[in-house]
Amino acid sequence: MEREEKYIESRASQVVAYSLLGGGAVISLMPLYWLIMTSLRPAGAEFTYPPEWIPSSFHPENYIVAWNRAPFWVFTFNSVLVTFLATMGTILTAAMAAYAFARIPFYGRDVWFALTLSTIMLPWAVTLIPRFLLFKYLGLLDSLWPLFLPFWFGGGAFYIFLIRQFIMTLPREMEEAAVVDGASRLRIFLLITMPLTKPAVAAVGVFSFIHHWNDFMGPLIFTNQESSRTLALGLRYFGDEQFTEFRLVMAVACLMLIPVLAVFFAANKYFVSGVALTGLAGR
Amino acid sequence: MGLRSLAETRPRWSRKTINDNIAGYLFLAPWVIGFLVFTVGPMLASGYLSLTKYSGFGSVKWIGFENYQKIFQDDLFYTSLYNTAYYAFLGVPAQLLVALFLAVLLNMKVRYVNLFRTVYYIPTVTPAVANVFLWVWIFNFDFGLINSLLRLVGLSPVNWLWDPQIVKPALILMSLWSVGQQMVIFLAALQGVPEELLEAAAIDGANNVRRFLRITVPLISPVIFLNLIIGIINLFQTFTVAFIATNGGPINSSLFYVLYIYRKGFESFAMGYASGLAWILFLIILVITALQFYLSRRWVYYESGGAPST
Repeated sequence: MEREEKYIESRASQVVAYSLLGGGAVISLMPLYWLIMTSLRPAGAEFTYPPEWIPSSFHPENYIVAWNRAPFWVFTFNSVLVTFLATMGTILTAAMAAYAFARIPFYGRDVWFALTLSTIMLPWAVTLIPRFLLFKYLGLLDSLWPLFLPFWFGGGAFYIFLIRQFIMTLPREMEEAAVVDGASRLRIFLLITMPLTKPAVAAVGVFSFIHHWNDFMGPLIFTNQESSRTLALGLRYFGDEQFTEFRLVMAVACLMLIPVLAVFFAANKYFVSGVALTGLAGR
Repeated sequence: MGLRSLAETRPRWSRKTINDNIAGYLFLAPWVIGFLVFTVGPMLASGYLSLTKYSGFGSVKWIGFENYQKIFQDDLFYTSLYNTAYYAFLGVPAQLLVALFLAVLLNMKVRYVNLFRTVYYIPTVTPAVANVFLWVWIFNFDFGLINSLLRLVGLSPVNWLWDPQIVKPALILMSLWSVGQQMVIFLAALQGVPEELLEAAAIDGANNVRRFLRITVPLISPVIFLNLIIGIINLFQTFTVAFIATNGGPINSSLFYVLYIYRKGFESFAMGYASGLAWILFLIILVITALQFYLSRRWVYYESGGAPST
């Protein structure tokens, strides 16, 4: 990153480079263009041939029609709540575990760390049915609990690993000085290590936010009542296999995309560096 | 490292050792509890359930290996396994090639490349459900984006999602749109390739392609391996795409394994049978992953002759 950028000099190479980059950008954005344009078409006009690249008339009222088709305020509230609670739990408990792995020499640490990493390779499909039965037994199906409670227990090996890798790169001097001053582990963790770990924690926060906001299978399995559904399930309210009102689906999809893009742009630098950090697993 | 070796030379149960152990396990407690309650427990429970007949209601009936016997005679088990293997073994290499290609593009030394990095990542943050609906629409035979483009250049339209021969390649094509995760990991690896090495090779007369294949690829091979492992595990568990876009059709040609587990467990309420299916998937993924680790010794290059500890 700090390396001084030397830009390509030759004009011909630049033309090739920008054409390739531009082509990729068009392919990346074209489906989203289609998404937005579809959401603005007049009723029934999504089914005209040939499709219009630019709608002949714009119909933002599609958004209102779509929004009133199902209890979308409830879905939104549920999505926000689940995303917030799950992300909070993930950040706190993953950071705690990461701190223990990175800084505290305790008996069996390497074994626990290996076990933690091995869970990344565990297919979630294997634990799905017993988890469902567990929450059924606890009487928590059709509530939001199954969607966030598990994330208050370490948040997932991937996130622990990511934060741990980051803590390992931090200098120890400040923490060691605090130990000499007689500070407790908890104080050191909260007041020294956590603030320094902000980039990694932010990356985990963004990942977790996007994961839970977008999660489809969790709500599908664990909720049956409308009152506990999330936005991801709400997209299924506009049709069946035979006929789907695509302009309405696209309208809600657009609305659902806005917070994700907002978070993504706001935290872009943490996001990219976070993914890069996970890539270190291969080293 | 320093602190730890110091700790090890202390008397075995010094006050500090005891305190460290207490603190360590307290910090780790949420994760350990979660690991036992949400991973180990359910693993064992699903192993047990796979030997029973259970609908999710009423009583659990022990039937030994009957579920497994039935599974091995179940045509849909083989169909879904074939579909999934097809999707994963073609899909992952395709995804990695595209992701690597994009990462190489984004690693070019031109102005505004950061802007392109952001743009290229946007598809990956699009909610999977929205993504699937969008692509169902793009693949629509009469009104979809792709067939419109095909007609525009005079080609005949393709029945993407409703032709048993084409649906799996179509779903792979669709998955190529959101390979941002792998792309960024590759990009980070590419940025770690020492410039001097590439320059030295250029002076020796190696062209771009040769330098890429002989220097860059070996140097980033650990990251290729990582993406390969994670990719196979993920695609073997594909669910949402098939559930929403095709619901396994046409004629079960996109019935993926986890979709079949879902149908058995949550639509037919054969929880025991579904648990058996899940355990078989677990073993398959375990074997594939172990095999990949074994094969990786032949092609993955570790700079220091062994992975460093951190």
